[in-house]
Amino acid sequence: MFYERVFVVQSEVIKVSNLDLTFEASDGPVHALKNVNLKINKGDFVSFIGPSGCGKTTLLRVLADLDEPTNGQVTVNGVSPRVARESRAYGYVFQAAGLYPWRNIAANIKLPLEIMGYSKEEQVKRIKKVLDLVELTGFEKKFPWQLSGGMQQRASIARALAFDADILLMDEPFGALDEIVRDHLNKQLLELWKSTQKTICFVTHSIPEAVYLSTKIVVMSPRPGRIIDVIESTLPSDRPLEIRDSKDFVKISQRVREGLRAGHSDE
Amino acid sequence: MNKKLWIGSDNKIVPVMCMITFIVIIWYGFSIVLNAPWEFDKAKRSSITLSTTELVSQTWSQKRPKLPAPHQITKEIWDTTVNKKVTSKRSLIYHGLITFYETIYGFAFGTGLGILLSIGIVYNKATAMSVMPWIITSQTIPILAIAPMIVVALGSAGFSGLMPIVIISMYLSFFPVVVGMVKGLKSPEQLEVDLMKTWSASKTQVLFKLRAPKSTPYLFTSLKLGMAASVVGAIVGELPSGGGGGLGFRMLSGSTFGNTLHIWSGLFSAAILAGSLISIIIIIERVVLKRMALET
Repeated sequence: MFYERVFVVQSEVIKVSNLDLTFEASDGPVHALKNVNLKINKGDFVSFIGPSGCGKTTLLRVLADLDEPTNGQVTVNGVSPRVARESRAYGYVFQAAGLYPWRNIAANIKLPLEIMGYSKEEQVKRIKKVLDLVELTGFEKKFPWQLSGGMQQRASIARALAFDADILLMDEPFGALDEIVRDHLNKQLLELWKSTQKTICFVTHSIPEAVYLSTKIVVMSPRPGRIIDVIESTLPSDRPLEIRDSKDFVKISQRVREGLRAGHSDE
Repeated sequence: MNKKLWIGSDNKIVPVMCMITFIVIIWYGFSIVLNAPWEFDKAKRSSITLSTTELVSQTWSQKRPKLPAPHQITKEIWDTTVNKKVTSKRSLIYHGLITFYETIYGFAFGTGLGILLSIGIVYNKATAMSVMPWIITSQTIPILAIAPMIVVALGSAGFSGLMPIVIISMYLSFFPVVVGMVKGLKSPEQLEVDLMKTWSASKTQVLFKLRAPKSTPYLFTSLKLGMAASVVGAIVGELPSGGGGGLGFRMLSGSTFGNTLHIWSGLFSAAILAGSLISIIIIIERVVLKRMALET
């Protein structure tokens, strides 16, 4: 019993209870998030899906301590998001790559390492390792504008991976890319997740992307932003791209779609 | 070297030369018109009638013309640079060097002060609210009115020579730097700032690794304006200081003694000085921004 409890406590990476977040806008308060409850275990790949305005990005920003909740409890690794952020518990990948244009790719990846005080040799080693992970070896000296959108986003993922945070928070990282590049990056991301054992929170508004990637899908709905369904995926951990034609895949997709529709018909 | 690094390339030479020729022609015209009354007077007194060629050639070669012709100014500059010792008070180079040092010191201190103030304003709300109104007020006071006061006040405190002039030059040049750098330091996008936050970067790290490099293009724009202001400040500062020399002093004495050639040659030297200093900044700007891949 005792051991089991320890295991449960350790495996729970993120816990959100009764979370409310209200923005004060000029025409009255906006309920970005209302009564959100969620548990994420270590090694989970969780997708947040919903129409724009459902608070999925806001939720991710709260986990990252970029926005502050109005009410409710959030713990990341058992501590507050702020303490977690200060102990560099997560890497954040934004919708835009956000590479600093005056730094080349290697220097961009080096930036968080410099800030966190890694030694010179360690920096070089890690840059090489993460560039290899995202298949960008050979592009160290290139400047961001010399790379395609997909490559820039891969570089920004490499930057988030460089300092070995256990949690990866990704806010629609492939939203601006075309479908072929997106498929390729999804596959790469899955392999990366499997090889690094990280916990990933992934915001998207694409149903196939969410179903293909996740072990857990959180369906959200706007006005007020809330969770309407949490789906545990029944797909196997080994997922070739063709799995998207399987029965299970279609079934899960349907459940996500129903959730999204239900959220809308509430209005 | 890249051809673009040099000013005047990209086939700008032809239109620029056309413009200069046009101005020179108009100038010669005006020096006939403005200097002619004197020649007519002279001719009347000695009862001669002037032919057109005589009139033109004489208006272009007066000793104390109302408006000297371009070739007279060129000759005056040549005489007072090449044909005079640098240490002579009649040398334009002597005066130019004085103004140059005043400008450079004023520019350096002004830029330093401007950058420090802008960091204070961006990082501290209290500084922003207490200092900014004064900075703006300082620039609404005409420099010509405040310059003699600075010279007198510092003089009575025992500071004379270059120092009061450097301060006046600084007083003019810090302003564009503050304004430009406040904008530059605030120019990082939300995303770029958020990234720094996710890495728990310290304020100093955010300043040096994000805000400072991001504001580099703004810095160069400010430096160009600041340099022009420094030259003006140095020249204006020389006027009430008297005796110390410098291009402003040279122009003032030319005006006192009715020597228009001194005024015009001083004016051109000041323009050449300002132009060269700003060109140096432009060249550094191109090299730096190219290296930083921030070229627009």
